[in-house]
Amino acid sequence: MSDQHLDGNALAGPLREIFAVDVTTATSRCAACGLAGALASLQVYGPAPGLVARCPGCEEVVLRMVRTPDAAWLDMRGTVSLRIPL
Amino acid sequence: MARAAIPGRLSWRVGTLAEARAETPTARTLVLDVPGWPGHLAGQHVDVRLTAEDGYSTQRSYSIAAPAEGERVELTIQAVPDGEVSPYLTEVFSPGDPLELRGPVGGWFVWRPAVIQPVLLVAGGSGIVPLMAMIRARRAAGSRVPFRLIYSVRTPDDIYYADELRRRTRDDGGLDVAYVYTRSVPDGWPHPPRRVGVAEVNTHGWPPDLTPDCFVCGPTGFVETVADILVALGHDPRRVRTERFGPTGG
Amino acid sequence: MNGPLITLRPRKLPGVGIVTPGFRGRPRSSGPELPPGQYLTEDFPVLSAGPTPRVPMDRWEFVITTETSREHRWTWAELMALPSETPTVDIHCVTKWSKLGTTWRGVSLDTLMSDVDTAADYAFVHSYGGYTTNLPLEDLLDGRAWLAYKFDGDDLSPEHGGPARLLVPHLYLWKSAKWVRGIQLRFDDQPGFWETAGYHDYGDPWREQRYQGD
Repeated sequence: MSDQHLDGNALAGPLREIFAVDVTTATSRCAACGLAGALASLQVYGPAPGLVARCPGCEEVVLRMVRTPDAAWLDMRGTVSLRIPL
Repeated sequence: MARAAIPGRLSWRVGTLAEARAETPTARTLVLDVPGWPGHLAGQHVDVRLTAEDGYSTQRSYSIAAPAEGERVELTIQAVPDGEVSPYLTEVFSPGDPLELRGPVGGWFVWRPAVIQPVLLVAGGSGIVPLMAMIRARRAAGSRVPFRLIYSVRTPDDIYYADELRRRTRDDGGLDVAYVYTRSVPDGWPHPPRRVGVAEVNTHGWPPDLTPDCFVCGPTGFVETVADILVALGHDPRRVRTERFGPTGG
Repeated sequence: MNGPLITLRPRKLPGVGIVTPGFRGRPRSSGPELPPGQYLTEDFPVLSAGPTPRVPMDRWEFVITTETSREHRWTWAELMALPSETPTVDIHCVTKWSKLGTTWRGVSLDTLMSDVDTAADYAFVHSYGGYTTNLPLEDLLDGRAWLAYKFDGDDLSPEHGGPARLLVPHLYLWKSAKWVRGIQLRFDDQPGFWETAGYHDYGDPWREQRYQGD
């Protein structure tokens, strides 16, 4: 049985607190395997203790977000680039 | 069609329950009044935040069930046995009560009337909610884009918006609905209960060469099964958009 | 339920949000035996950062690597042959739930470290599946940590970190790495998975060290 995870649509609200645009339609490229796709199609674990979005191809971490009382930590070392449609 | 054109970042706002109506014995539609609501697109969702007296707080995400109309936001909530939030929203939350919400969010799982591709909607249980927003938005926009809905439920009593779907397939023009029953079927149903499989998608969906936009929503396992079937049948994976609701929510 | 005839402004709690009238949430209590901000729970929530690793037992191993790259390894059979303990401990998750009096079986890190020659101050813990966490080496010693493989009398289930996890109950539970694979001893403190994403390097629940800067 596959592990239960959500998809990148679950990132929409939390990331909308940081960005002025919806980034779930942005295209990310996995730093580990190079697979490109919409953030909305990432495999998302969490939301506690943080949001962890993994590549649907290789399962490596693409993006992480932790919300503390007064800050949001966004770690994007797992993505090479983000293309945000404007 | 309203566009979520919010300058700057999004934070929590407070809506008030205006009215509630039962969809099934265990699911309830909440109609919220949200001052300053900027409008939304069909398929978007909101995050809601509930806080107890002692400061304990928890959040859930719910799809918006109806297209944008002024400051009204409609959500349909399924009561989950032993859930933490859904029993409150379906049994305790009363007209006049406040609810914190953040949204609208989600720009991926969205249908816009300007897009002319035929549309296939596949709903597993409560996954019907954002797809119903799309069906309602189609009518509100006067769109003639052909829509097919495959709606999987456990029993006939679990169908949300049953009367409305009947009316819309009759009156809206270009909307077809096929039900799949996984636990018990209506009297006279031609076959026993079964899950959505290749046969159902093939029969009630669009052929891939029509390049339909496919929207699949429901529990994680359902979504993955259906998305795999669509791709295996030849649909372009980029035209298959999914929204997983998690195993139960609640 | 009849409400008041006038509309009352929703009550806002500082730093959180408005109170949702009538919302209680899961049964919980706080109390003096709990660290600040924690609630007592009866279940055992499963939180994860990724898919559950499945490790075949014939390939499972635990490795302690010293600062000089000397390795000390144990296969599953070797781990089972070591003297084990049955600690009863309270556990505290940074997401605010606590469980008191949980029972485990595992091998003390004192036992595993007994033949390890090291001058290092820090431990970098890594797990099957890629999870990592960090803590001072001394927090693994003196009866404060175990390599645990049974919970509540049963084999530790995969969703809770089985076949074996680290158990360091005096720190927040994210330090008790599930699916533990090895410990690297170091002179410097290298932040792990959650520590590089905003969580505290040490994580003492009694000083409420949840996030960086707390």
